[in-house]
Amino acid sequence: MALSLAATLLAMLVAAAVVVARSPTHSSASASSLSFGGYAAVLVAAGSVIIFVLAAALSATPLSPATIMGGQYFLLVAITVAAVCRTRSLQRQGYRVRRGYESLILWACMAAAGIAVLVTIGIIASVIFESLQFFTHISPVDFLFGLQWSPQVAIREEQVGASGQFGFIPLLVGTLLISCIAVGIAMPMGLLSAIYLSEFANRRTREWVKPTLEVLAGIPTIVYGFFAVVILSPLLVEMGRGIGVGIAAENALAAGLVMGVMLIPFIASLSEDAFHAVPEALRAGGLGLGSTRFETMTQIILPAALPGVVASFLLAFSRAIGETMIVVMAAGISAQLSVNPLAAVTTITVQIVALLTGDQEFDDPKTLAAFALGLALFVMTLLFNFFALRIVQKYQKRYE
Amino acid sequence: MSHQDHLARRYRRERVFIFCGRASVLLALLFLGVLLFSLAQLGWRTLLAASIQLEVPLPAAVVNADGTASPLKYQKLIRQALRAQFPAVQTRGEKKALYQLLSFQAALKTRQAVLDSPEVINSTMTIDLPVSSIAERYLKGGIDTALPANQRGITDAQIQWLDTLREQERTRVHFNFGFFTQADSRDAEAAGIGGALVGSFYTLLIAFLLSFPIGLAAAIYLEMFAARNRWFDWIEININNLAAVPSVIFGLLGLAVFINLIGVPRSSPLLGGIVLSLMTLPTIIIASRAALKSVSPSLLIGAMGLGATRMQGVLHHTLPAAMPGILTGTIIGMAGALGETAPLLMIGMVSFISDIPAGFTDAATALPVQIFLWADSPERGFAERSAAGILVLLAFLLAMNLIAIILRNKLRVKL
Repeated sequence: MALSLAATLLAMLVAAAVVVARSPTHSSASASSLSFGGYAAVLVAAGSVIIFVLAAALSATPLSPATIMGGQYFLLVAITVAAVCRTRSLQRQGYRVRRGYESLILWACMAAAGIAVLVTIGIIASVIFESLQFFTHISPVDFLFGLQWSPQVAIREEQVGASGQFGFIPLLVGTLLISCIAVGIAMPMGLLSAIYLSEFANRRTREWVKPTLEVLAGIPTIVYGFFAVVILSPLLVEMGRGIGVGIAAENALAAGLVMGVMLIPFIASLSEDAFHAVPEALRAGGLGLGSTRFETMTQIILPAALPGVVASFLLAFSRAIGETMIVVMAAGISAQLSVNPLAAVTTITVQIVALLTGDQEFDDPKTLAAFALGLALFVMTLLFNFFALRIVQKYQKRYE
Repeated sequence: MSHQDHLARRYRRERVFIFCGRASVLLALLFLGVLLFSLAQLGWRTLLAASIQLEVPLPAAVVNADGTASPLKYQKLIRQALRAQFPAVQTRGEKKALYQLLSFQAALKTRQAVLDSPEVINSTMTIDLPVSSIAERYLKGGIDTALPANQRGITDAQIQWLDTLREQERTRVHFNFGFFTQADSRDAEAAGIGGALVGSFYTLLIAFLLSFPIGLAAAIYLEMFAARNRWFDWIEININNLAAVPSVIFGLLGLAVFINLIGVPRSSPLLGGIVLSLMTLPTIIIASRAALKSVSPSLLIGAMGLGATRMQGVLHHTLPAAMPGILTGTIIGMAGALGETAPLLMIGMVSFISDIPAGFTDAATALPVQIFLWADSPERGFAERSAAGILVLLAFLLAMNLIAIILRNKLRVKL
């Protein structure tokens, strides 16, 4: 691995050297210097192959597929970089040669775009394949409509409930509960902030408040989770004790509150985009007919931008459903069918992480259950995103 | 009159609305302030470390002629040196409480010092010894002595001993270099983020090497070359959806495809980097496409008019002009990858690792995962380490974002 990396680094260095050697002042020197770039490109490619093969031959153990793929990847990058350099030196050369290099680069670019598609296919394939295996152990009906989730391991064979209970409903309810709290906080606050900042605040306020709000979006979710569990949760429990309400140490409220704050800048920036897309003529018309800025906003711009606002709501909800670290740290792990925000509930993502942390056996329904949950999560977020994008696209066309 | 009243009411409604908007902005900013302040308050003390200076006799009979005796022997010598300071301590319980002031790391440090310079054997060495987590908190002023003894975790006698040592100017509070260089440890006072930082560095390096070339090439193809047909729409929708796929799903992908199918070593920065690169790929593609789109097409048309091919025009003119935007997008994507935790939990980068990883295939952990591991621990010393780790993480993210802003301003090509 180290050797193949060294080889490709060397290849990249040579490619860089070619670029330096082919600086414009020297390019007019002679025919021999003109062909240098081409030789360099071949040398880079051949050298990487030789070193790579040597590495494979010299290492005692056979190379793992990962090493080979890594080597191939870096080789491809090196060749493409060399070809890019070659197009620089070929400016005055034969049309057909240049065409060859250029089509090589184009193919590499197309392959790169293909990788993005491959990732999606890989996700869908792996999730569906493992889920199908899971459904050979547990029937899909039991999974989708079961009210019990307790995927414990059986210590003995033929123990009662040895296969565990894999009912999806408690997780779904917990996920929706926390997401609703989060979006319930983020939606009004994000929308109000967006309207205030885009319509009412003066420019100087906007200039420093907007980036500061964006900071909230840049903070990693682990930080929110830590804040929820170490600082906010004890505070809530203390307050609950003060007014005589029992609050679980791990409660849906703390997780939802913190997640809501995380989503404020997300909703604010998406809905602000929607407000900006409304033609200026509508705003001017409303104000010109004597309505206040507030009335223009609520009765003209907001209805016109409503599809965008709805899309931001859907996207925020999809983010909340898929959010992991906050709930892993601040929500509970035991699945209870409850809609009480003060109790511990668990979510789909928490269970995926809990099932897959530690060693896994790939024929165990416990491990496979995580993939079934992943499939459910993927389908849910995909639906939300798909509808949000459709709404935005349709709406954009209306004003273009 | 009704008209005047009506108008007043309408304006009142607007003022209420503005007040609500201002309140929600202020609330969000207030939360940010509270978040940062409470993290700083919890974590800043970890940036300091405390030690006690003791004269430790090192007879060769105990530590061997070359100092290779086991750390337990050293621990015994150190305890004797500590007891020599407090001859009044006699009972078993008192002795135990006294010994609790020093960390086991003190024995390891002494042993290392002796191994480094064996000439101190058979003489007495004066050495700064790391103290235990609780003593450290007291020395750094993190314990409220007004609290009842059972709530503050340190006894009155221990406080008295530490005060005596402080009066003798044996205690020292200094910057905690160890926190940045050491790997994880079972002892809170010795646990550092060094290993996690190295792990994060390797992981991000792999993620960058994979996602930047692929993302850039894909963006060039999609924005500059691809025909706008059904396939193109399909790929576009696909990339937009991929950007919104929850990060745990990428962990599932890493588990099923990269561990099971291809056999990338579990828990390694290599695997973590691959998974994170797939996650940042859509971000980089979208940002790069936006940057390429914002370059005026006249640049490309001009180049092509002068005889350049489309490829030459794109590579030599459009791409350099778009580079600031592309780099900004890449850095922001990398910052996201640095803070990402969930997929790493599922590919095994979550175990206790007390060595600093030496390569891309060693078992490693990453900074956010280390924070997660410590936050889970019931010991308060670890929670403080966790908060300090968060401060370091936020500092890195801030630095990356500043670099992105500076790059954008510096490299902006005048067109």
